[in-house]
Amino acid sequence: MAKKKLKVGSDLTWKDMEVGNIVREAGSASARRTGDWRTERPILDKEKCTKCALCWLDCPDAAIKPTAEGYYVADLDYCKGCGICAEICPVKAITMIEEEEK
Amino acid sequence: MEGNFVKVGKNRVPLEEFVAEGHSFCTGCGEALALRLACKALGRNVIIANATGCIEICTSPLPVTSWRVPWIHTLFENTAAVSSGTEAALKVLMKKGKMPQKDITCVSVAGDGGTSDIGLQALSGALERRHNFLYLCFDNEAYMNTGIQRSSATPYGASTTTAPAGKFSIGQTSWKKNLPEIAVAHSIPYVATASPGYPFDLMNKVKKGAEVNGPAYVHILSPCPTGWRSPSNLSVKLGRLAVETAIFPLYEVENGRYKLNVDPPKLKPVEEYLKPQGRFRHLLEAEIKEIQQHVTEEYARLKAKVACFGGSTSSGN
Amino acid sequence: MSKRVGLEASHAAAEAARMADIDVTAAYPITPQTHVPERLAEMVANGELEAAYIPVESEHSALSACLGSAAVGARTFTATAGQGLELMHEVVYVASSMRYPIVMTVANRALSAPLSVWGDHSDAMAVRDTGWIQVFCQNNQETFDLTLWAFRVGEDPKVLLPVMVHFDGFSLSHVTEPVILPEQEEVDRFLPKFQYPFALNPDRPMTHGAFGPPDIYSETKVAQEVALRESRDVILQGWKEFGDIFGRYYKPVESYKTEGARLLVLTMGSFSETAKVAVDTRKAKGESVGLINLRLWRPFPFQELIEAVKGAETLIVFDRCISFGGPGGPVSSEVRSALYNEKKRPVVVSFVGGLGGRDMSVKDFEYVIDRGRGVAEKGSKELFETVGIRGEVTGIRG
Repeated sequence: MAKKKLKVGSDLTWKDMEVGNIVREAGSASARRTGDWRTERPILDKEKCTKCALCWLDCPDAAIKPTAEGYYVADLDYCKGCGICAEICPVKAITMIEEEEK
Repeated sequence: MEGNFVKVGKNRVPLEEFVAEGHSFCTGCGEALALRLACKALGRNVIIANATGCIEICTSPLPVTSWRVPWIHTLFENTAAVSSGTEAALKVLMKKGKMPQKDITCVSVAGDGGTSDIGLQALSGALERRHNFLYLCFDNEAYMNTGIQRSSATPYGASTTTAPAGKFSIGQTSWKKNLPEIAVAHSIPYVATASPGYPFDLMNKVKKGAEVNGPAYVHILSPCPTGWRSPSNLSVKLGRLAVETAIFPLYEVENGRYKLNVDPPKLKPVEEYLKPQGRFRHLLEAEIKEIQQHVTEEYARLKAKVACFGGSTSSGN
Repeated sequence: MSKRVGLEASHAAAEAARMADIDVTAAYPITPQTHVPERLAEMVANGELEAAYIPVESEHSALSACLGSAAVGARTFTATAGQGLELMHEVVYVASSMRYPIVMTVANRALSAPLSVWGDHSDAMAVRDTGWIQVFCQNNQETFDLTLWAFRVGEDPKVLLPVMVHFDGFSLSHVTEPVILPEQEEVDRFLPKFQYPFALNPDRPMTHGAFGPPDIYSETKVAQEVALRESRDVILQGWKEFGDIFGRYYKPVESYKTEGARLLVLTMGSFSETAKVAVDTRKAKGESVGLINLRLWRPFPFQELIEAVKGAETLIVFDRCISFGGPGGPVSSEVRSALYNEKKRPVVVSFVGGLGGRDMSVKDFEYVIDRGRGVAEKGSKELFETVGIRGEVTGIRG
């Protein structure tokens, strides 16, 4: 995932303000990695997974991303650990486990 | 995955995310999911006018933005008016040759607060004037962003911070205002209800609303774990239960003709939907019965309209 | 060939909008502005003006629709008055802070309660701090001219701010005066095509109206204030260009026979013309008097005001509004504040009158001159004097 730095207000002076406070860079908030909200994380059992992509579809955070092999795996930079994917998986291939203390 | 699409069952869903990951919606937010799906149905050629509320706050903290499509937020109650101005301006600018012809859909995005209460006037005006735009109401059934205060879309018996359940109160004492019916009363080409529990139905309806010529209104139930006090992993399931209990029926009204999209042969009891939600925790059996009766009657009324004003039932996705 | 026609100020404003080839107008009718949207609607219906006329359901929606229109780069115009300006109050702040160059003509009307459809400046004074460029018109010609000029200034890429053109309700809005209308070709030379640099478009997706957390809000406000102050250059440039093409030159502060005058009266709007006659009358009797017509209200013309009152001993400021519980008239308090740091400044006497459509005659302004002179000489404990109001107003202190 792109590791660009999140632009914040305290870096800017009044002269840096855009006219009308417009934001030109689309999607610039994605530099904020909400994965650190998590208390649980999803674990995928690839044996059970049927690659139906329902977890990808139902993730409120767009944090589940397709892999090259055709699975759908949570991007831990953004996954908030809500557990919807585990709940809706038709074959129960996803389990939520406690985040470890760092 | 196929190119820019993900195959989900028989459907192809755009891979592109129009609301960037890293937004600050709560964990398990049903509204975030509904928005994500709606945006996939809309694509790039939109100009979104957004009311103050959860969506606006979670996606637009200066100096950055989650939005990857043109987007404007001004105030709380004027979304439909802003879209009216944008729609009229684009039309006339293209007519006068001041900008190249381009198919751009004007979309209003607002919560139940910014629609049902403070925003109702602007919505009514825009619908009456027949602007060619799509209004999406993301209904999490209270003023969630400011702290779970009641709205006229809060269901009967739900506890909110300004209509809390207590010794002398059941919480919300009025029945949920029927916004889709208010939209239908404006005789617009397309009105629909949707839920993130039925993602393909939701996306189809948003697409349909965008393509219709004239005003379209889609009312989207948005389960809110924070305000509904439900487990964060149940937002999609609650979105399904709301439909399966007929608390939130999925239907469309096209030029006055009603069509029920999902008609379960046997409805689940409302209790199944209410029980996982802390906002209903205080309800007594008699009160739940009252709700069940009301839901049953309302559903019968809806089905009578379907029978009376043309259209058949069809299975949902 | 320019032509001279009889027009109400309302119709003059509408005509200016037509000649400016506006793209969108969203307006809600309210007395005494009604003739502006009515005329615009007529022009659109007849094909005289190719624009979208949005018959919104309230003033709040009127200015909100204008936001949506300006955001995609359409030349946008609206009009309101009194309660209407109040109803759209929060939107007024948003238009300027989001830097949308909307032009709005306001037929100044008294604020309720009690309800009054008649003219005074209370509606204008309520929007002092909203960040718009604001001017006051003396007559219908100015209403036409300044409306046209407003597009030139507001839309300038160095400015990008909304402009309010105030003209008195009923005394101007509903009175026919001769107005010289220019040739369309002259207008086209004066007014460039509107090219809004940040127009919302799917080709380059931008976000307008992101919210301001505490760590950035202050900086946005300073930036906005600086932009309004710096619009001065284009304001003056716009007036110069206007004069060069149309032959009428406007200034932020208009001095009328003030050379050597020991006593000056400062007015805004249509009463300036009445006051000028009073000044002429008294000058003919040998009195040392003059008039200042304050035309540019925001950004406040500090330099020009200080220059205009140099040498005067007494400056009577006439307000058509009471700032309740405050220092009498809002304009007089701003003038006092503007002159505070000057080593030598006239004694400022505040007068309030002309409220809710109460007229001021030439004689009334002569009274103002006499009484004001007396107050300045003897001193007074009163916060402000009144004129034309029945019953003595004395002993009112904070």
